[in-house]
Amino acid sequence: MSKFQFPQSIASRPVYGTLAPRPGKAHLMMADAEGAEALLDLAAQAGARDSGLMAKAHILYLPRQTGEAFVDRLRALNPAQFYVGPSFDAALPRLRRVLSDAHMGLQVYLAGTEGLIGRAAAELAAAGIPVGSVQTEHRGSVARRMQCVHCKGITEDVITDPFVCAHCGLNLFVRDHYSRRLAAFQGVCIDAEDPGNVPEPVELYR
Amino acid sequence: MTIQFNDETFRDDYSFRNSPWAIKRFPFPFHEDSYMYSVNMEQHRGGPAGSVFEKRFDVDEHYISEMRDRAIVLAEDPLRCQSLPHMTLAGWDLLELIMVSKSEDYPDLFQLYRDGNRWRWVNKPLGIDDSFTFMDETTLPHGPMEYITRQTQGDFAVLDQRDDNLWMDAGMITTQADWSLDFDIGMNFFEWHAPVPLAHEMGIFKRALKFLMNVQQGAPARRLNWTMTVNPLLDTSPENYHKWGIQKTELTAENIGAKQHLRVELQTFYRLPRSNALVFPIRCYLIAFQDLVTMPKWGRRLHRVIRDLPEELATYKGFIANRPLMLEYLSRFDDGLPTSPGVWADLETEPPLQK
Repeated sequence: MSKFQFPQSIASRPVYGTLAPRPGKAHLMMADAEGAEALLDLAAQAGARDSGLMAKAHILYLPRQTGEAFVDRLRALNPAQFYVGPSFDAALPRLRRVLSDAHMGLQVYLAGTEGLIGRAAAELAAAGIPVGSVQTEHRGSVARRMQCVHCKGITEDVITDPFVCAHCGLNLFVRDHYSRRLAAFQGVCIDAEDPGNVPEPVELYR
Repeated sequence: MTIQFNDETFRDDYSFRNSPWAIKRFPFPFHEDSYMYSVNMEQHRGGPAGSVFEKRFDVDEHYISEMRDRAIVLAEDPLRCQSLPHMTLAGWDLLELIMVSKSEDYPDLFQLYRDGNRWRWVNKPLGIDDSFTFMDETTLPHGPMEYITRQTQGDFAVLDQRDDNLWMDAGMITTQADWSLDFDIGMNFFEWHAPVPLAHEMGIFKRALKFLMNVQQGAPARRLNWTMTVNPLLDTSPENYHKWGIQKTELTAENIGAKQHLRVELQTFYRLPRSNALVFPIRCYLIAFQDLVTMPKWGRRLHRVIRDLPEELATYKGFIANRPLMLEYLSRFDDGLPTSPGVWADLETEPPLQK
């Protein structure tokens, strides 16, 4: 079980729930790494009530560091369409193509890291999918997707605070302030008022 | 009166100065000897002659230099001005509001001639004389919001109203107290205020949102907000914080009177007619401590407010490290005498400093 209970935070910080099967004409499921476990749980819940869920499901799965651990079990759910991809960027053209055909009644299920959930949610919003038909569940790493407020570059999978911006090299501290449009938290220079005084990085939520 | 425009800078050599006229009309934000958050809204229907509240969009001696500073910021970072695609109509609404207001309130400086949709706009201080077609973007050098806010002091947040909330969907933000339009664009009222401490728990934002969603056409509202800035720096943006943050450490007992500025925002709120958007101008006024304390009441009161401010607020406003230095300076201008209620300096009736 890889569920992490995030402490309560400020109003812009996303909160995540638990996926539950809903009636719908089509079901789009996207997950990365341990997010697969949330989809397996979803299918198990649905199995008891709605055996048609997977027959109308399209799964986009990005195993990342989990490799083959969950791939066969997801395939065994017999979704109507099953895609396994190496990265979000690689999966993006396919996601957009799927959304271009989306109709009223589509249900969306996002599971995994905050970076995956946030980027997919931003694509869904841009495509006009109503937020009420999107469910999210966090699983796996608590790493964050961070925007450097100074150079605007995005650093993926940030696991410590502070961290070094992958683009401009500034030492940034990790804020909880979050932009849905950018699908990123905000990183701000930590030593602007005392150059060189950078605290030892600490793993997030440790 | 005719305004004598200053030739001054808000960066590098910081030649910004307030004249005695500007000091006297400064919008001092504290109506009593202490400060806590409140939804301190009032109708924006003019104010005492000569005050910054008198006109709909106050123009003062800093106008030309502030517009020059804005142009510098935009040249360095065009992301300070953004408008999501559905906000263009609100941009035209804003252009109309400002052109009509300024041409009526300052006819010697600004003129607007309208013949149907064919408009001519004359801005004498900036030497602009443009003819264009209202609602036709191709006839202006920039989008309508950017065009008019390059000619109007203050930041502008343009808020869409839908789903019982306000959404920060467009803005011109170059003189901000440390928040990023590029990051916050698209957020709702609670999201973009998320980093503010204490006020959420106090219910401030729920009440403020309720008030703002009910602002009607022709009935604008206003409030004051404040913070502290070392040097008269308009562009205290998070984008450039790694460059200006160090200036906060350069205060000394000798230079604090000239370097430390009280930064006051006159925030106004107007309903826009076609888009039903709400425009939120945030006008920044700066005053050096040494100028502010020439008004004895303001010197006494500022000392008491800064001394008694809760630690969270001093931290959020970014001056917790400099507070001891500020208090050391300001205490010299507080003789313990009582102060009259209200924000006005009351120079004729308040006693001079007794020490």
